Amino acid sequence: MIDVQNISKSFADKVVLKNINVVFETGKTNLIIGQSGSGKTVLMKSLVGLIEVDEGSIIYDGRNFTAMNFRERKEVRKEFGMVFQGGALFDSLNVLQNVLFPLNVFSTMSKSEKLDRAHFCLKRVNLEHAAHLFPSEISGGMKKRVAIARAIALNPKYLFFDEPNSGLDPQTSIVIDNLIKEITEEYQTTTIINTHDMNSVMEIGEKIVFIYKGNKLWEGTKHDIMHSDCPELNDFIFASEFTRLIKKNIKNLT
Amino acid sequence: MRMLLFHIGRYVLLMKKVFSRPEKGRVYINQTLDELVTIGFNSVGIVVIISIFMGAVITLQTAYNLENPLIPVYLIGLGTRDSMILEFSSTVVGLVLAGKVGSNIASEIGTMRVTEQIDALEIMGINSASYLILPKILAAVFFFPFLTIISMFVGIFGGWAAGVLTGAISSTAFIYGVQYAFVPFYVVYALIKTVVFAFIIVSVSAYEGYYCQGGALEVGRASTKAVVYSSLVILLFNVIITQMMLAK
Ligand SMILES: Nc1ncnc2c1ncn2[C@@H]1O[C@H](COP(=O)(O)OP(=O)(O)O)[C@@H](O)[C@H]1O
Ligand SMILES: [Mg+2]
Repeated sequence: MIDVQNISKSFADKVVLKNINVVFETGKTNLIIGQSGSGKTVLMKSLVGLIEVDEGSIIYDGRNFTAMNFRERKEVRKEFGMVFQGGALFDSLNVLQNVLFPLNVFSTMSKSEKLDRAHFCLKRVNLEHAAHLFPSEISGGMKKRVAIARAIALNPKYLFFDEPNSGLDPQTSIVIDNLIKEITEEYQTTTIINTHDMNSVMEIGEKIVFIYKGNKLWEGTKHDIMHSDCPELNDFIFASEFTRLIKKNIKNLT
Repeated sequence: MRMLLFHIGRYVLLMKKVFSRPEKGRVYINQTLDELVTIGFNSVGIVVIISIFMGAVITLQTAYNLENPLIPVYLIGLGTRDSMILEFSSTVVGLVLAGKVGSNIASEIGTMRVTEQIDALEIMGINSASYLILPKILAAVFFFPFLTIISMFVGIFGGWAAGVLTGAISSTAFIYGVQYAFVPFYVVYALIKTVVFAFIIVSVSAYEGYYCQGGALEVGRASTKAVVYSSLVILLFNVIITQMMLAK
């Protein structure tokens, strides 16, 4: 469980996050949704300490991450796995070496154990056959899967995904979404996913937090979201003709 | 002016981060060896080519300007030697390397920044500044002096070849001039300059890449800025070091 208490962040004069309070639950897929530029990435990077918050604290299962020094944070970071928006694979390393990287940094395993673990993770995302390829040689969806394999290499307790579906076609997106959901359930991780993709929301939105211009305006589940009375959220969900059509039909049904 | 102070301050902080205690020594050694190849060996070709031509041009220009029959012709060899050693093998080679190596480093690190590879390192608790930049600094500071020495020899050879082939000077006169009144301290001076320039090229270019923000366009800009600023800083330090070491 990650307990976010009152965090705020500004860049120069620009307020990007305002007094965010939220709890991300263990064993669930927690979604942060909102338009581009609403502050999702800044919020996620604040959670993991890539961005220092101006105010507030972030508590990881009772441990106050915000108050820790570099060394103490490193201990908690061993329990993090993060998938960045573009995958952020290391260009100079092949797929297998990318997955081995965190193992080499953190793990005390022997060399062959590390290799086994890396192969296991690649198998988990169905990419054993691509182990020797370089990031420049694989598709966007494969990059995301390698990034997922790298993120789960150390058996993390907390998983962070920044727009895991950006740049992917709807079918590949659903494969990735379901992979994230399965991993979350299998390993009981606290999983946080940034997205602006309504398909993902309906597919895996167990807990949803809506961010609008740096404010948390709404939270709930995918079952509540269609009936929310938050106007900004409705504008966000029903932005397209397609979703408006769905809404009309839902109303007709009920 | 405020911007300049801001950049200098952030640069100093970055360097502090680069030189704070590295974590796994072995990783750094491997990285440094890789960088020796990318930064060092891969620059030998361009250094050889420009040095040959520079030596040749210095010789020919000196020869054409020495019309006065009272001035001994072997001074052409001496002039080529001293120009190569004092200025060309370090400063001009430094400027060329700022173009080649500097733009490379800025775009490599800048790409890692905008594609969040640096964030990926940081989240694993790795000191990304040290991990990415220190091996490059070590490799350049170690290898550039060899490039300078290569440049000195090749440049003088180029001068000899041009002088002899065009008939501007005889081989014996040129070689006599090259050996005449040789000041070993000039070589030391050139090597010290080179080490400083190596540090400037890598650190300034890495700085531009490390704080790059945005996308491919910004990476391109960072790479241009890396070349411009490292060249300017090289020229500035060329004056400072010269004043410190050669002024009587
Ligand atoms: N390092 C930074 N410096 C200044 N402004 C930033 C920085 N990072 C993000 N921002 C601003 O914060 C806002 C939220 O950005 P972001 O979290 O990336 O949005 P998104 O919800 O699309 O992920 C944007 O307006 C962006 O310009
Ligand atoms: Mg974002």
